[in-house]
Amino acid sequence: MDSITFDTAFWLDIFNTYLWPLLLIVGKILLLVVPLIVAMAYLTYAERKVLAAMQLRQGPMMVGPFGLLQPLADGLKLLGKETIIPSGANRFVFVMAPMLTFMLSLVAWAVIPVSDGWVIANINVGVLYLFAISSLGVYGILMAGWASNSRYAFLGGLRSAAQMVSYEVSIGLVLVTVLLTTGSLNLTTIVTQERPIWVDVLLFPMFVVFVISALAETNRAPFDLPEGESELVGGYNVEYSSMTFALFFLGEYMNMILMAAMTTVLFLGGWLPPFGIAALSVVPGFVWFAAKISFVLFVFLWTRATLPRYRYDQLMRLGWKIFLPFTLLWVVVTAGVLLYNHALPGMSAAM
Amino acid sequence: MIEAVFFYVFATVLVLSAIGVITARNPVHSVLFLILAFFNAAGLFVMLGAEFIAMIMVIVYVGAVAVLFLFVVMMLDINFAELRKGMMKHAPVGALVGFALLAEFTWMFKSWSPSSAALNGVAQPIPDQAAISNTHALGEILYTQYVYLFQISGLILLVAMVGAITLTLRRRPDSRRQSVAGQISRRPEDVLKVEKITSGTGVF
Amino acid sequence: MSFVDNVARSFLLTEIVKGFGLTLKYMFKPKVTLNYPFEKGPISPRFRGEHALRRYPNGEERCIACKLCEAICPAQAITIEAEPRDDGSRRTTRYDIDMTKCIYCGLCQEACPVDAIVEGPNFEFATETREELYYNKEKLLANGDRWEAQLAANIEADAPYR
Repeated sequence: MDSITFDTAFWLDIFNTYLWPLLLIVGKILLLVVPLIVAMAYLTYAERKVLAAMQLRQGPMMVGPFGLLQPLADGLKLLGKETIIPSGANRFVFVMAPMLTFMLSLVAWAVIPVSDGWVIANINVGVLYLFAISSLGVYGILMAGWASNSRYAFLGGLRSAAQMVSYEVSIGLVLVTVLLTTGSLNLTTIVTQERPIWVDVLLFPMFVVFVISALAETNRAPFDLPEGESELVGGYNVEYSSMTFALFFLGEYMNMILMAAMTTVLFLGGWLPPFGIAALSVVPGFVWFAAKISFVLFVFLWTRATLPRYRYDQLMRLGWKIFLPFTLLWVVVTAGVLLYNHALPGMSAAM
Repeated sequence: MIEAVFFYVFATVLVLSAIGVITARNPVHSVLFLILAFFNAAGLFVMLGAEFIAMIMVIVYVGAVAVLFLFVVMMLDINFAELRKGMMKHAPVGALVGFALLAEFTWMFKSWSPSSAALNGVAQPIPDQAAISNTHALGEILYTQYVYLFQISGLILLVAMVGAITLTLRRRPDSRRQSVAGQISRRPEDVLKVEKITSGTGVF
Repeated sequence: MSFVDNVARSFLLTEIVKGFGLTLKYMFKPKVTLNYPFEKGPISPRFRGEHALRRYPNGEERCIACKLCEAICPAQAITIEAEPRDDGSRRTTRYDIDMTKCIYCGLCQEACPVDAIVEGPNFEFATETREELYYNKEKLLANGDRWEAQLAANIEADAPYR
C-alpha cells in the first residue's frame, strides 16, 4: 500500500519544473498568435479597402458596419467548402505543403520583440533565425506546386521558388549591413542600440532595398508572378480549395506581417517611439510596434495599387544584376565609413 | 531530462530520415527526407549550444542547396525502376568495395586515439560560452587565426562560380536583346516632336 | 550630365515615387461607386425599362388595338389579339410581351398613337423563372397603374423635344 500513496512533494516539483513553464509558454504563444490571426484577417480587409479607395471604389460594405465582418464571412465560407485532392496528386505532400507554409509563418514570430522584453525566445541569433525560417518558406510553395500534379501549379511553384531564392541573397546582404552597425544578432539589442543619425542615413538605401526584397520574398505585387492570375491561373495554389487554400492564404498574409515586423525591428526602431521623442513614450511600446507594422503594411498595399506586375526576366534582372551588386557595394561602403569614423560596434571611439 | 528527450527525438528522426533518403522510391521524397535530416541536425547543433552553426546549416543547406536539389529533381523525370535494373548484377562488386572500406575504417579507428589536449577542449568549449557568444568566438577564430584559409576558400568558391558562368554563358549574335538602360534613358523630349497642324495642310 | 541625371533618376526611383503620390492623392478623392441597392444613379426621362400599358385618368385603357407596336417590334416580342367590346369600342383581348425577346429599343412606344404602351423607369424586374417574364395584359396594366405618376411625369418632361 505504501508504494501508491500520493507523493505531494514530488508532483509539486514536477508541476513547478515542467508543467508551469510549459503553461506559461503556451499562454505567451496564445497571447501572440491570437492577435496575429485577427490582424491577418483584418489585413485582408485593409487590403481590399485601401485598394478600393485608391481606385475610387468603396470596397467591402455589406457584411457588418462598413463591411467589418467581411473577413469572418470569408473565413466561414472557406471552411464550409469541400477539400478537393486532385486524383494524380501526391496526397501526403499535397496536404503537408499548406500546413508547412502556415506553421513557418507563425514559428518565426517566436523571436520578434513586440515590446521591451516581450519576446517568447530572446535568442542570440535572432536575425539568423528569422532569415532561416523565411528561407524555408520556399518549401511549402515548391511542395504544393509539385504535389498538385498540374502544369500551372508546377510552373507557379518553380517561379516562386526561384524568385524567393534570388531575393534572399540581397536580403541577406541587407541584414549584414544592419549587423555591421549594431554588432549583435539579437533582435532586442538591434532595436535598443543607439544609432547616430548619419548611420540611419547610411542605412536608408538598404531600407528601401529591404522593403522591395520583402515584397518579392512574400510574392506581393509588383512581384506577384507566382500567382500571376492572368498568365498562370492561380500559380502554385490552383489545385487547392477550402481549408488547404485558407492555410496558404493565412500563411501568405502572415508572412507579409512578419516582413513588416522585420522591417520595423531592423530599421524603424521596433517598439521605441518614432524619432526618439521622449514625450511619446507614454504610449505603450507594443502600440508603437503595431503602428509601425501597420505603416509598412500600408506601404505594401499602396505598392500593389500603384505598380503593374513585373515581367519574369525583369524580376530576375532586378534581383541579380541590380540589388546584388548594389547591396554588396553598400556593405563595403558601410563597413568603410564605420571603420573610418571608429564607429564599428566593439571599437572604442578613442582608437 | 527534457534535454535528453529532445536529443533522442532529434537523433531518431535524423537517423530515420537519413534512411528515408536512400530508401524512398520517389526522388522528390528523398530530397524532402534530406531536408528533414538537415533540419534535425540543426536541432542537434542547437542542443550543443552551437546556435550559429545550426542557423547557418538551415540557411545554407536547407534554404539554398536543398532548394536547388529539389529544383533539379523535380525537373528531371527520372525513372528509378529503369536505373535499378542492373542492380543485382553489380551488387557483389558494390558489396566488395563496401567491405574493403569498412575494413579500412576499422583498422584506422583501432589505431587512432585523440590527444589529451583535444579531449580537454571537448570537455570545455573555448572560449567560455557564458562570456562570449559562439558567433563572436567563431568570428574571432575565423578572421584572425584562420584568415588566410578563410580567404582562400572564398577565392576557390569565387573561381568556381566564375568558371561555371563562363562555361555556360554564350552570346548569341542572332538574338535581339532588350536594352533596359536604353529604354529607360529614352526621354520624350528627345524622340517626340509635337507639331501643330493647321487644317488643310499635311505634315510634309 | 544627362547620364548622371538618368542614373540619379533611376536610383532615386523618382518615377515610382511620383506614381505613389498619384495613388495617394486618389485615395482621398470621393468614391465614384454607388452603394447600389441603397443608392441608385439618376435616370433619364427617356430611360427604356420595363413595359407598361397606361390608362386614361377615368380608368379607361388607352390601347385601341391598332397593332402598330406589334408590327414595328423588331424582335417580334409582342402578340396582340383584338375584338370589339360590348360597347362597340375596339379593344385588345390579348396583349402579350415576351420580355426575354424584347430588346428594349423603344419602337413600340414611338409607334403608339395614344401613348398606351410605354417603357417605364423600372429596371429591377429580374425573376427566378423564365415564365414570369412572359408578360400578359393584366401584368402590363398593373405595371401601368403602379408607375403611372412617374410615367406621366416622364412623358411630360420629354414632350418639348418631340
